Amino acid sequence: MAERLKATREMKKIMQRYYFEAKNARFIGKKVAWITSGGPVEPLIAMNIIPVYPENHGAMIGASKKGGKLSEFAEGLGYSQDVCSYAKNDITSSITKESPIKGGLPKPDMLICSNNICGTVLKWYEIQARKYNVPLFIYDTPFVHTEFTEEARDYVNEQTKEYVKFLEKVTGKKFNYRRMKKVGRLSIEAMRMWKRVLETAEHHPSPMTAFDAFFHLALIVTLRGKKVVVKYYKTLLKELQERSKENVGAVDEEKYRLLWDNLPIWYRMRWLSQKFASHQAALVADTYTQAWCGVIDYIDEEDFLGTMGEAYTRIHLNVGVDQMAETIKGFIQQYKADGIVMHSNMSCKPYSFGQYDIQHLIRETGIPVLMIEADMTDERKFSQSQIETRIDAFMEVIKQRKQHDYTGN
Amino acid sequence: MITLGIDVGSLTAKAVLMDGDKIIEKHLISVGYNSKTAADKLLSELLDKAFIERKAIAKVVATGYGRNSIGFADKATTEIICHGKGIHFLLPEVRTIIDIGGQDSKVIVLDGNGTVANFVMNDKCAAGTGRFLDVMARAMETEINDFGPLALKGKNPSEISSVCTVFAESEIISLVAKGEKREDITSGIHFSIARRIVSMVKRVGLIPPLAMSGGVALNVGLIHALESILETPVSTTPLSQFSGALGAALLAQEL
Ligand code: SF4
Repeated sequence: MAERLKATREMKKIMQRYYFEAKNARFIGKKVAWITSGGPVEPLIAMNIIPVYPENHGAMIGASKKGGKLSEFAEGLGYSQDVCSYAKNDITSSITKESPIKGGLPKPDMLICSNNICGTVLKWYEIQARKYNVPLFIYDTPFVHTEFTEEARDYVNEQTKEYVKFLEKVTGKKFNYRRMKKVGRLSIEAMRMWKRVLETAEHHPSPMTAFDAFFHLALIVTLRGKKVVVKYYKTLLKELQERSKENVGAVDEEKYRLLWDNLPIWYRMRWLSQKFASHQAALVADTYTQAWCGVIDYIDEEDFLGTMGEAYTRIHLNVGVDQMAETIKGFIQQYKADGIVMHSNMSCKPYSFGQYDIQHLIRETGIPVLMIEADMTDERKFSQSQIETRIDAFMEVIKQRKQHDYTGN
Repeated sequence: MITLGIDVGSLTAKAVLMDGDKIIEKHLISVGYNSKTAADKLLSELLDKAFIERKAIAKVVATGYGRNSIGFADKATTEIICHGKGIHFLLPEVRTIIDIGGQDSKVIVLDGNGTVANFVMNDKCAAGTGRFLDVMARAMETEINDFGPLALKGKNPSEISSVCTVFAESEIISLVAKGEKREDITSGIHFSIARRIVSMVKRVGLIPPLAMSGGVALNVGLIHALESILETPVSTTPLSQFSGALGAALLAQEL
């Protein structure tokens, strides 16, 4: 396998610095907002508020293989087995303080919740708002079944205004529109850079895999709107381009190219990446990390505040399955994929619910689809031998198909 | 060239010996907790049965859950490919295959050349697998071999709504208590698992003709239930239990 990306070390440092600052916000006179992963973060940055992401924290808990334990604790409190494990991890950690970050997440001064990713976050944030006794702002995005209507536009834009007022009230300061412009530009630039990073995987062999993307995603999620993100992705992009120039693939002798759908399985990243690599298969793209650059076209650089409502409403998880299927079809073409691996994620209903329909909708492409059942952080929901058999069988099918293509059968 | 295909599942281990495209011997034993010793035992009994020496076998391919723990195999291949190959050899017309195993159920679609085009497997739950039938037969105090014929006698299949093995078992207990007929309950059980399998068939997209492979294909009650839900005939072969091992032996011919 190709060596680890050199940029990775810098990324770890940036994240450490970020969490250090967040943990010490009080001492530097800053406020902390907890925000959902799909939430409009840029106004927070413009107001010098530090955004903290319980979902990113949940992923870290998953990667440290503690998701099952923390979920179990929450189930003991009465939360159902079926509740998203990010929510359960967060609720547990805010009680027991167990966390890969010493002492857990810093206490919030406010909560910002957008339901463009799911309905779970509404109840989750209400619970935490009660617990910490802090104000909660809900940015409600109507579901885009087929089209984004004018009514929907008015509805979300109205909320952007309320959001600004909310921030003014909580901070006691006037909203900084000048700074907002700058932050908006940086956010768009970060999304563009992220897109270019992901698109390096179009090259054969691909210089990166989805596993790299899952890792490097943290920056665009947590810090978009800050300079450091753009700068970091530039370095990363350069390194990837160099790899491509020298035809260094992330997977040795890459032969097969696959797409991944849904969140990663955080506690089995290494096992999965080695498993696919052993079949000379590279996961070249995924719908999850692409979601952070999928809506650039809806934002007007000159009017970020006035257009972000539409962009935040049209993200991958807030659109109908027809459009999700179109997106996947696009990736099949763009990345020349031989197959799709769908993670049916027990936690994430909006992501997993339509997967069978999507399978039907993309059947015309003739591309085989593998479905594996698991959970992004709860390792109790993962059965290694079953999944291994499915991956092996799937790869055998893909190999056979390719052989037949070559021999012209 | 003589080749051996060996299929070590969670309940039984099967072996097929082939010379070119002729089946010269087959053998089946039940697996204990150690699949490796089962494979060794299977091999030595098969050699005795066929009156041949170990060295007469040129290549060995292993499949099934225990495929990676068989030291004497030249290659391990998953059941999907092997069942596809085996059934295509026995029933060349077939395009869709249902296989219900002890832990896994699968539906395999072949292209016109007998190559696997796509497949689906059951989700994590055991409810759509052979294990479900075993548990239910035990709950009904019926031998598994008599379970299918008993189901055929049921004229009004009982409604079993739970898809969960554990809940279905308690549902059955209450049906017995209510005095529903034994054969009707048994028939209901077969329809219940058949419905789960049919949803898998629909997921992958049925292309007829359809066949069933694996040991559960011997269950006439289940075949009947599948045929009536799908409204299409389901063929089987007397060698259904051996189709995985047969496919492995055929693959070994290509090594
Ligand atoms: S349900 Fe899905 S979208 Fe919602 S918080 Fe959990 S993982 Fe995120």
